Amino acid sequence: MHENGKADGAVVVGTDVTRRYGSGDTAVDALRGVSLAIAQGKLTAVMGPSGSGKSTLMHILAGLDKPTSGSVSIAGTEITTLKDTDLTKLRRRHIGFVFQFFNLLPMLTAEENIVLPLSIAGTKPERSFFGDLIDKVGLADRLHHRPAELSGGQQQRVAIARALVSRPTVLFADEPTGNLDSTTGHEILELMRSSVDAYGQTMVMVTHDPQAASIADRVLFLNDGLIVKDMPRSSPGDILAAMSELQPA
Amino acid sequence: MIRFALKGLLGRKLRTALTALAIVLGVTMVSGTYVLTDSIDEAFDSIFTDVRRGSDVVVSGEAAFDLTGGSGATAPPFEESVLGQVREIEGVAVAEGSVDSESAQLIGDDGKAVTYGGAPNLGFSIADGNSRFNPLTLVEGEWPGPEEVVIDSATADKENFEIGEQVGVQAAGPVDRLRISGFIKFGSVDTIGGATLAGFDLRTAQRLFDKVGKLDEIAVAATEGLSDEELISRLEAELPEGTQVLGSIQQAEEDAEETNEFITFFQGFLLAFAGIALFVGSFVIANSLSITIAQRTREFATVRTLGGSRRQVLGSIIIESLVVGALASLTGLFLGLGLAKLLFWLFDLAGFTLPNSGLVFERRTIIVSLLVGILVTLVASLRPAIRATRVPPIAAVREGATLPESRFARFRTPGSIVLLLLGFAALAYGLFGDDLGTTQLLTWMGLGALLIFIGTALFAVRLVQPLAGVLGIPATRIGGAAGKLARDNARRNPQRTASTAAALMIGLALVTLVAVLAAGITKSFRTSVDAIFTSDYAITAQNNFSPIPIAAAEAAEDALGVEAVASVRTAEAQIFGSGEFVTAVTPEAEDALTLDWQAGSQGVLGNLGRNGAFVDDGYAEDHGLQVGSPVEILTPAGERVELEIMGIFDPPNGGSPFGVVTFSAERFDQLYDSPQNLYSFVQMRGDVTEENTAALAAALEDFPNAKSQTREEFVDNQISGLSAILNILYVLLALSVIVSLFGIINTLVLTVFERTRELGMLRAIGMTRRQTRRMIRHESVITALIGGVLGIVLGVVLGGLLVARIEFIVFSLPAVQLIAFAIAAIVVGIVAAIFPARRAAKLNPLEALQYE
Repeated sequence: MHENGKADGAVVVGTDVTRRYGSGDTAVDALRGVSLAIAQGKLTAVMGPSGSGKSTLMHILAGLDKPTSGSVSIAGTEITTLKDTDLTKLRRRHIGFVFQFFNLLPMLTAEENIVLPLSIAGTKPERSFFGDLIDKVGLADRLHHRPAELSGGQQQRVAIARALVSRPTVLFADEPTGNLDSTTGHEILELMRSSVDAYGQTMVMVTHDPQAASIADRVLFLNDGLIVKDMPRSSPGDILAAMSELQPA
Repeated sequence: MIRFALKGLLGRKLRTALTALAIVLGVTMVSGTYVLTDSIDEAFDSIFTDVRRGSDVVVSGEAAFDLTGGSGATAPPFEESVLGQVREIEGVAVAEGSVDSESAQLIGDDGKAVTYGGAPNLGFSIADGNSRFNPLTLVEGEWPGPEEVVIDSATADKENFEIGEQVGVQAAGPVDRLRISGFIKFGSVDTIGGATLAGFDLRTAQRLFDKVGKLDEIAVAATEGLSDEELISRLEAELPEGTQVLGSIQQAEEDAEETNEFITFFQGFLLAFAGIALFVGSFVIANSLSITIAQRTREFATVRTLGGSRRQVLGSIIIESLVVGALASLTGLFLGLGLAKLLFWLFDLAGFTLPNSGLVFERRTIIVSLLVGILVTLVASLRPAIRATRVPPIAAVREGATLPESRFARFRTPGSIVLLLLGFAALAYGLFGDDLGTTQLLTWMGLGALLIFIGTALFAVRLVQPLAGVLGIPATRIGGAAGKLARDNARRNPQRTASTAAALMIGLALVTLVAVLAAGITKSFRTSVDAIFTSDYAITAQNNFSPIPIAAAEAAEDALGVEAVASVRTAEAQIFGSGEFVTAVTPEAEDALTLDWQAGSQGVLGNLGRNGAFVDDGYAEDHGLQVGSPVEILTPAGERVELEIMGIFDPPNGGSPFGVVTFSAERFDQLYDSPQNLYSFVQMRGDVTEENTAALAAALEDFPNAKSQTREEFVDNQISGLSAILNILYVLLALSVIVSLFGIINTLVLTVFERTRELGMLRAIGMTRRQTRRMIRHESVITALIGGVLGIVLGVVLGGLLVARIEFIVFSLPAVQLIAFAIAAIVVGIVAAIFPARRAAKLNPLEALQYE
């Protein structure tokens, strides 16, 4: 259904990804050889304790950071060797972001923030899809408000709409509920889940919250820079249990 | 993306406005200068054209060589008989002769000469009030007959002159008392630059101006159908040597030449200061933008993650600065109209009314103002804009992300040193290079100064730590904890503090440079006067520089107690092929003045006789002159005489009252028409006493334009012109200081905004509002003092270099002024802090902590 969808269903592929920060004695290995394939139309959660390398993994998969070794491809394009200009173009077509701190532009209204990726790419939103999207995120009556006039939950809804508006190949969410109270967080998770279901949107979510990970179709566990566990959709309880195994008390 | 840029500006209105102010001020100055000078220019042009409106061609005296015009020297008059010749020529319908003077002074009821500012006192003959040549209109009364005068109504109003009243008039001789027959007005203008107008009939004017039997000009109207060219060629065929014939339009252009030159100079002069203000403004803009862009790092990174390219980030900042530049320039353009109006008003208030026939708003003014304002903004924004493109997308997910260091950051220190060296090299080349024209000299010096300023500004980053450490000591003593925090704040972002201080540095460096030069000139002049002027009193014109009648010196000779009166006269002559100032002295100079003779002796002054002359050693060396050498001089009237060098003197550093060649007054009076004195020096029995002062003043009673003064007073009076110029320079440079003041305000506002959380925390742990204000104020003062110290040091160095170049100035450190400038820097710091400190103190600790 998506033009970039591949026959085997993997839209993001990482192979033997390592990432080392610094050099010599003070070098830190954040990733020590991670291989994974993100299935199309699925929501994949990446979990792990702080310092496990989960954020680094997401940054590298999304092209924000370069691996020390290994390769990453998005929609069949190897991104680790791309120049800045090509990477920018790739972002426009294939990548959406949702941040922990929303990262909305304060001077733009909600609507302007949502369509910003399209304005940047020089295109216009498809009317029917845009209307549907606004309904879905429930912002119809907030479109002309500025971020400062919106609650945290509303801001994150704007951010999700912004990430979906260009119908990217993959949407990366970095602790999307990390800055929200649990009720609002829950609503945001529901919105993300329903976006995956309604639009077949591929998503990768980094989180340390088992509740959040429980909406994912697949949960990957990272520890010390390696994938240590790979679970299908699970309950928060199971996920919490798996986490506890990783963290020796 | 355009919308993103524009919305960004709207979202930061205050910061944008503060940034734009720096450019608004500079552009206002550019636009105001053009409007002012164009308006004056047009008014003068219409005056000069009006004067010639009635005539077709004009006959005037012609100097034997091109006069420099600087001394007010005019072509010598010609014989009145020429008028008869002209009238005989076929094709001449009407011809009328006239004489004029630039020092026809009216004596007010208080017995003092009526002068406004440095404006001339124009006197002229009116042969026939109803003639077509007369550009004046009678406001009241009648045209002047013998022993009568008409006065412009503006002066008459100010001095309460009335028709029928007797008024004193002094031109080339003692005061004459004439009856006021009427009031006149020139065309539509009320006054011509504060000049007074006095019109007489021809005979009275000739007597007053010491031009009996002579004429300065003949206005000619052609018979109908005769072309001007034809008339000119007929006149040229008949007229004697020492006259020239010009069409009335060319004559008007020639009349306007000197004025136009002055206006052009005045325009360039003001524009230079506008340029300085804009240069300072560019620092302010670059700095403000750097700070805002640093604060927006996350924003740019987010845009990059959404697919924004580097070029789009660059583009959005360029658009922002274009819009800011355009709005600021537009505002400045129109404020310039106001500034011109204000300046007209101020000059009027100062008594120097500028001619004004309405503000002239040329297309050139619009184009230059907008272009300059926008370009400066754009150029200033380039560096921060390029830095913004280097923000990596990953900065969107990092907390407290900062702007990446520029690729060239590590070259900053060596780069700044190279710039400084290049700057000093360019400056030195400009100052000491051989055979540089004035334009080249100024260009090299300007370039050098520019590089030095930029180099110092870059290098200043390294000086912030130590300077803030030292200059912050008072703050830590006075301000307690708040003072200590202020010092640390000033040091924590050296780049920012340095850029902010650099803007103020430029203004203060220039102010200091001016003060150093002025101190040097004053000291040198005083030394010179003390060395040469070894008598008791000096006599000069009331305005200290106009010529005074020789009769005044003669009257002084008769005063009780006078032993000797030595007079100095000045004129122009052509020597060795170029126009020069020459001077003449009376033999009494031997007793009243003292020169340091290299060849010859003091006795030379008294024994110049008919052909003797003396020169200074520099001129002697340049032209290979020795005692006994002949020197040929050509007067404007065309007389050629050979003089013989009798002495060579070594002038003191501050120069001497003498021109390149000095000969006897006796010979001078034979060579020049209507000779007048520039100064007289008086030796009296018993030196300076109250009786002597009174006796001399009494002797000069008939010469209201002449005043006697002691040596001290003479020095002060001669320097008073310098003080006036100095004050103008200070006012003009104050503009740059004001621009940098806005720069400091801007930085502080941005800093307060950036430290919102930190300020909230400080307030939460018990810092009072008062302490908060104090902390911001001290930081501001420390920043301003860094700029002040750098500026003063740089100014002294630059001033020292200039003094080293200019032979007649010795170096003198104006300590009092320098302390005043340092205090001014502190005041700038305090004033700049008022608004930001208030904002910081108003922050609610709770809200401040919730920020973000």
